[in-house]
Order: sequence, then C-alpha cells, then structure tokens
Amino acid sequence: MTAVTPGQERAAAPTATSAATATPTPTATATATPSPTATPTQPPAAEEDRTWTGRTRRWLLGKLPPDKLLPNTQPSYVASWIYVLGMGAIGSLLFIIASGVVLSFNGPTWYHVSALGHFVNSVHLWSVELFFFFMVVHLWGKFWMAAWRGKRVLTWITGVVSFAVSIVAGFTGYLVQTNFDSEWISFQAKDALNATGIGAWFNVTNFGQMFMWHILILPIGVLAIVAFHVVLVRVHGVVPPLEASETDAQLTHPDTTGE
Amino acid sequence: MTKHDSTHRDDLDARPWAGRVREYDLFKELAIGVGVVGVLVLALAAIVGSPDDKTITLKTWATAAPADFIATATGELAGTTDTAGYGPPYTTTAGATQTLGPIDLQSMSGTRLPIDTAKDLVITPLTTLGAAADARATWAAASDTQRTDWATAYGEALAKAPKGDPAKVAAGDYGPVPELTATLQAEAVTGGVDGAIQQEGGVFNFDYTRTILFLGDGQYFPGLAAGMHLTGDQWGMMNETGNYPGQSWLWLFSFWYQLPVIGDLPNADLVVVGLMGLLTLALALVSVIPGLRDLPRLIPLHRLVWRSYYRQR
Repeated sequence: MTAVTPGQERAAAPTATSAATATPTPTATATATPSPTATPTQPPAAEEDRTWTGRTRRWLLGKLPPDKLLPNTQPSYVASWIYVLGMGAIGSLLFIIASGVVLSFNGPTWYHVSALGHFVNSVHLWSVELFFFFMVVHLWGKFWMAAWRGKRVLTWITGVVSFAVSIVAGFTGYLVQTNFDSEWISFQAKDALNATGIGAWFNVTNFGQMFMWHILILPIGVLAIVAFHVVLVRVHGVVPPLEASETDAQLTHPDTTGE
Repeated sequence: MTKHDSTHRDDLDARPWAGRVREYDLFKELAIGVGVVGVLVLALAAIVGSPDDKTITLKTWATAAPADFIATATGELAGTTDTAGYGPPYTTTAGATQTLGPIDLQSMSGTRLPIDTAKDLVITPLTTLGAAADARATWAAASDTQRTDWATAYGEALAKAPKGDPAKVAAGDYGPVPELTATLQAEAVTGGVDGAIQQEGGVFNFDYTRTILFLGDGQYFPGLAAGMHLTGDQWGMMNETGNYPGQSWLWLFSFWYQLPVIGDLPNADLVVVGLMGLLTLALALVSVIPGLRDLPRLIPLHRLVWRSYYRQR
C-alpha cells in the first residue's frame, strides 16, 4: 500500500475540479503546494492506482469484466432446457423472499385469520416447492455434466452448500408455521439434533429462536451463497461438453450462428 | 486417461470458449423465468392453497383424552416419561444419550435446557393457578422416595384400570397424586395450564419446549400424527398434513429410518445424521473422489444435454 500524504489529499479536490479543462488553474496550483514535496497531481491511472480501492477495482474488473458479468452471447453448446433451471430457482427465490416479506408485515399468525394472509402463505409454500424442484434438477443436471471441470470446483461446492443451507432454511420455515405441523415437526426433529449435541444450541421447540433463524440468519445465508455461486458461474463460464475440442470448428453442420 | 491427458483436458475445459457462440439475453431469460415461475406459483397458491391444521394445546388434549392426560401427568411426577429420562439437553439421566462408540456428542452439550418434569409440568403450574394447595403441601413435605413410590403406584394402577379411567382405579396408597393430576387435568380443560406453563418463561416467552415435550409424552398427540402419516417410520419427515407436498427433499434422510437395520438402532438418529453429513460432504467434494467423479463419463447422460453438439461431430 502507498500512503497518501496530506499534500496529495488536498491536491485531489482542485485537480478534480480542473480535470474538465485539463489545465490546472493558478489558484489550484497555489493551494496545492503547501510544501516543496507536494505537487498537483492527476488521480493515478487505473493501472497505476495502488490504493486498496484501486487494487480491488482492478482485480474485480480482471476477474469479471462487464461482458462476462452481463453476457449477451453464450457458447454454441449452451442449447438445452437444462440451462434454464438455475434461473428458475432464482426466480422462485425471488418469490420466496417477496412473499416472506409480506408475511413479515403482519407476523407469523396472520395467515391463520386472513384470507389474503393465507394466499400469501400459499405463495410462500409453492415458491419453496418450485425452488427445490428447480434446484434439485439443476443439481442433478450439473452432476451428469461433470460441471466441476475446468477450475469450477468452487462453483460446484457453493451450489451444494446453497442446497444444504436452503434445506435448513426450509426446515425452519416448517417449524414456524404456528400450526399442528410445526408442533409435530419440532417434537420429532429434536431427537436427531439432540443426539448430535446441536439441539442444545439450536432448539427446534423454541419458536422465537427458530423464527429469527428463518426470517433473518438463513435468508442472508442463502442469498449470499447463491449470489456468490452466480458470480462464479459468470467468472468461469458454462462448462463445455465432455470430450469437447477447444472450439466447435470440427462440427460438420453447426446449426448456430457464429460471430 | 493418463495424468498428462487429464491435465490437458482440464486446461481445455478451463479455457475461454473460442468456438461459435449464440445470442443470449441474460435479463430477458431472468424476466421470462420470473414470469413463468410467477404464473405457476400464483396458480398453485390460488387453486391448491396450503395446509393449516390447528395447533394442539394442553386444553385440547385434556378435553379430548382426559385419561391419557392424567396418566402422562402421573408419569411426569414419577419420572417415568420419555422427557423425564431423556438425558441432555433436558435432564442429567445417566446412560440415556445416543453414542457412536466412544463418541458422545449429546453429553458434551450438557444439560443446557433443564426440565424437572414433576416441578415444571405439574407442581409449578398448579402453584401458579393456586390449585390443589393441600395436595401440593403433602407432596412438598414428602421425601423423593415417597413421591416416586406414590406416583409409580398410581401410574401402574391407572394402566390396569378399564380404559385407564381414574374413576375406576383400584384403591391404594397413592398419596396426593390422584388429586394433583386430576386437578391439573381440570385446570387444563379451562386453558389455564397452557398459560401457566408458558408463563414459567416470563410474559414474552417464545419457547414452547416444555409444552411440546409434555404433549409428546402422552399418547394423544403422537396418535394424531400417526393418523396423518407423519411419524418417522411412516416417511413422516417428508410428509405434510393433508394432501400437500412436504419436505420431499428430505427423502434420503427419511429413507434410512425405514431400514430396520438402522431405524431400530438405539442410536439411529446419530447414525442417520452422521450418514447424511458424510454423503453431503461427498457430494460437495465429488470432483476429488475417484469413481464418483467418473460416473458422468461412464453413464453418458450428458449426451442428452449436449445432443446437438455430439450429433454434429
């Protein structure tokens, strides 16, 4: 890290002002020379910027330039319905969050006494069911595509972890339904958790504790891991077919439009 | 495949694609995905809805099955219920934990959620409600052995009585136990015991551990669950009340309990959790597990995904 001197800090403002004209004014020069060592300087070019922020920006842009973050093309082999399942899971997750937020406005027992609340609870339930459906088929699809190839191991692991954390999030959702099902599930589930010692700290019969896990801790966990997973997908791209060549030039009748 | 080939192959898989590309609109796909999912979710919510069976309270139980309630309360006084002898994190009962060889994780957690079933589920609620004062005084003045003898004798007499009816119990030395349990049942019917037990944790008590464990010690609550196919030996972990899908993604977790060789083990929970932990770890680390990582090559289902690519080679 290169330390920024007080003189440089002061120089930053007038220089920025003069950047539009590209010719520092005498005033700017005067205020920017409190000591012989401090001279007016332009902000360092991106490739020379050694600040933490500059380095981070350079690293991020190197790993994930805009065209990789928001691509408008994909390799020719990306042509199957299996590829939309990940997006289906993300779409379902959006509905889970949205319906969960609406349920949060009126608390966990609102849906027992309100037709609208019951409908929103149903939306929450079915978006969870679809979320897991899409996620499981997506996971199986990626397994049979051996999608961990080509330095994509972390992408695969984050996918598995997001699945595992989602299961815990779904489980706590069943625990906080405030109905017969949640009573029974908490009674049954305590044994497995107690047998491993976890139950003493993660008490499934403590509604308050499970509620906070369900509406705060686990959603943050799921969203963070899913976001990291998606970023990794963008960084590494979609895994090519097994035994694929470096390009698809060997194909006899390519049916896609090349660039 | 030699190590050199494998390394070269991995490099090729990691390299940016240099072949043909197709047009792709990320945001359009997201918008369509959200739209399709939205239609499905809203339609299912409107047409199918969601289950919502009412909670079972101590009041419900005491009203619907008074004999079972009294027998269970007697068991809590005698210390013979599942909760009374559970071990950590509820009680200090020796030898009650699930172990795997020398591994005893349940004991390591300690008794973090202590429950004295006689005091917390029977005596304190009666005290809070100001009921059965004489019987409580007699109970308080007795020795631990005397209390256990009274409660055990009454529990055995209830088991022998027709339909467990307290009114038909043979005469015996049961001390204050019949009055304590009958009064608790009568108070429970009014709803008082639900509030009294919850109040043990203060006004803003969100912890229902004591109530749920009390319910589970009886026959009524588990009987209702069994009638809805929700118990562990009925794949209950992945079932839901009514005709609704439950946590079907827990099918493998539930599967192990259906195998007698595992489900009948005294440490079945610990074994199943351990198995699932190992399998989840294996799934996460599949890329470094020989044999498992080769399955996609050996069983070429990937050719269905990339059928167009392979068809043209």
